[in-house]
Amino acid sequence: MRPSASPSHAGKPVKSKEFVVSRLVKDLALNRYLYIMMIPVLAYYILFQYGPMYGAIIAFKEYSPIKGILGSDWVGLTHFQSFFESYYFWRILKNTLLLSLYSLCFEFPAPIILALLINEVRNKRFKSIVQSVTYMPHFISLIVICGIIKDFTNSGGLINTFITYLGGDGQAMLQKPELFRSIYIISDIWQGMGWTSIIYLAALMNVDQEQFEAARIDGAGRLRQIWNVSLPGILPTIIIMLILRIGNLLSVGFEKIILLYNPAIYDTADVISSFVYRKGLLEFGWSYSAAVGLFNSVVNLILLVLANRLSKKFSENSLW
Amino acid sequence: MKTKKSGLERTFDICLYAVLSVLVVVTLYPLIYVAFASISDAAYIVAHKGILWKPVGVNFEAYKSVFANDAIWSGYKNTLFIIVFGVMLNLFMTSLGAYVLSRKNVMLNKPIMIFIIITMFFHGGLIPFYLVVKGVGLLDTLWAPIIPFAINTFNLIILRTSFQSIPDSLEEAAKMDGANHFVILFRIILPLSLPIMAVMTLYYAVDKWNGWFYSSIFISDRDLYPLQLVIREILIANSTEGMTAGGSGNDLFQIGETIKYATIMVSTLPILMVYPYLQRYFVKGVMVGSLKG
Repeated sequence: MRPSASPSHAGKPVKSKEFVVSRLVKDLALNRYLYIMMIPVLAYYILFQYGPMYGAIIAFKEYSPIKGILGSDWVGLTHFQSFFESYYFWRILKNTLLLSLYSLCFEFPAPIILALLINEVRNKRFKSIVQSVTYMPHFISLIVICGIIKDFTNSGGLINTFITYLGGDGQAMLQKPELFRSIYIISDIWQGMGWTSIIYLAALMNVDQEQFEAARIDGAGRLRQIWNVSLPGILPTIIIMLILRIGNLLSVGFEKIILLYNPAIYDTADVISSFVYRKGLLEFGWSYSAAVGLFNSVVNLILLVLANRLSKKFSENSLW
Repeated sequence: MKTKKSGLERTFDICLYAVLSVLVVVTLYPLIYVAFASISDAAYIVAHKGILWKPVGVNFEAYKSVFANDAIWSGYKNTLFIIVFGVMLNLFMTSLGAYVLSRKNVMLNKPIMIFIIITMFFHGGLIPFYLVVKGVGLLDTLWAPIIPFAINTFNLIILRTSFQSIPDSLEEAAKMDGANHFVILFRIILPLSLPIMAVMTLYYAVDKWNGWFYSSIFISDRDLYPLQLVIREILIANSTEGMTAGGSGNDLFQIGETIKYATIMVSTLPILMVYPYLQRYFVKGVMVGSLKG
């Protein structure tokens, strides 16, 4: 054990301010080497995580690189106002929300279903083949994935050949605004389904085997076992994943979007984050873009807190 | 009754295996197509429509062009630099933080933990982040994709949980012998945590290998482009000129197509070749992470 001089901190009521201060001084002296070790880590967080949070005040200023963050003039909510009033606001908000909702409807259940199916496979060899193959696309870089998507969806590409074969018209699919969301979601499922299913498979391994036994004795078929035993068994995991997903409703990643989109399909493909990237880093509207980004971060945080509160209310699960 | 049931069971099994087999084929086929196309003759591949069952008119011209491209090699070199030094920094910083935060009876650990966790849920945004990186003078250096990403908070929490599960007794014994915290971390804790450290290494390395966006905004010097940025130019911006010198018109277009496929293979094969051996570590990492929830 530690020397008896070390106060035990757990669960002691705080008596007074002086008491806390003197305890802190003692603690700093006793654990000084630990705190010294922590300095680089804290420095990292302060500089690269909190630094940008502080830098976000440029959203309320007219940032000019020459004057710097502090020297730039305050403009209040001008940037927010011009964003909310602009034509882009509704377009990118709609696109972001729709892409998120589609992803919630189609992408979110896919790994759950896959995990439930894999869990039913009795043949070990087949099972490991399915797992290895479906996990693999996770490791292919996004650039390569988007390269393949572009190639397969162009007018003479693999997918179009199929469509012509089935009697449809071949077309440059990435030039069609109405097709972008499908391309985005389907390729996302292709790449991420297997990898995400690991989480649910892990949860399935923890489901009590006796429950399956009991269900079998009651004469439940395999489908019924999935529905009545497996699914409820992984429900807490599903709910946690759902909360996290809802917290990210307004943060559709821009990396894939900016690799795939082009001005012809901005109508459906441009989302908040890609808009921030384009306005800020390509067109140098620093403050305007930072305002849009800040708006996005704040809404995300609110959504996460709300989702967590809802989940706490209706089930036992929560993030904190 | 019994036979009926086993009949149902059999139907279920047939459907199950059929569905999963189709899934395996659909997942794998795009890559097989790319592999076949990359070793096919350019003229054939452009004329060919639909499914490739085998390479058409086998030739390796495209690979020759890809390997003759200096940008690919310098991309590999830069990516290697980013992975080696980036992962070293990642592991050092993450284990430092995880060690301190896993100690008991440290008064400020709880507030520090909150301070760190907040960053998982709230960000300053892309533009301010860019300005910070610019401000510390990292633009246009290979350290730009390394230092601003020194710690992944999620990994830090996983590692902390893992360190917490190591019994105190070992540490106490070392302390009796006068070992300081550095010795305890590097001589006792880390050697006992090799499996989880392997997981961390792989996670960080794959991130660095695949990362391209921040390199693309922080690095404008083409000599410093990591591999992903080099292949972005070839695949996304459609520029294969560097490698098709000498040809003309239609030839150029044709060879350009196979060069794309060969580039995909050259940049993806290394990771796909090591993947089967490392898969279980990755899976383990996800499991540890999900248990923490």
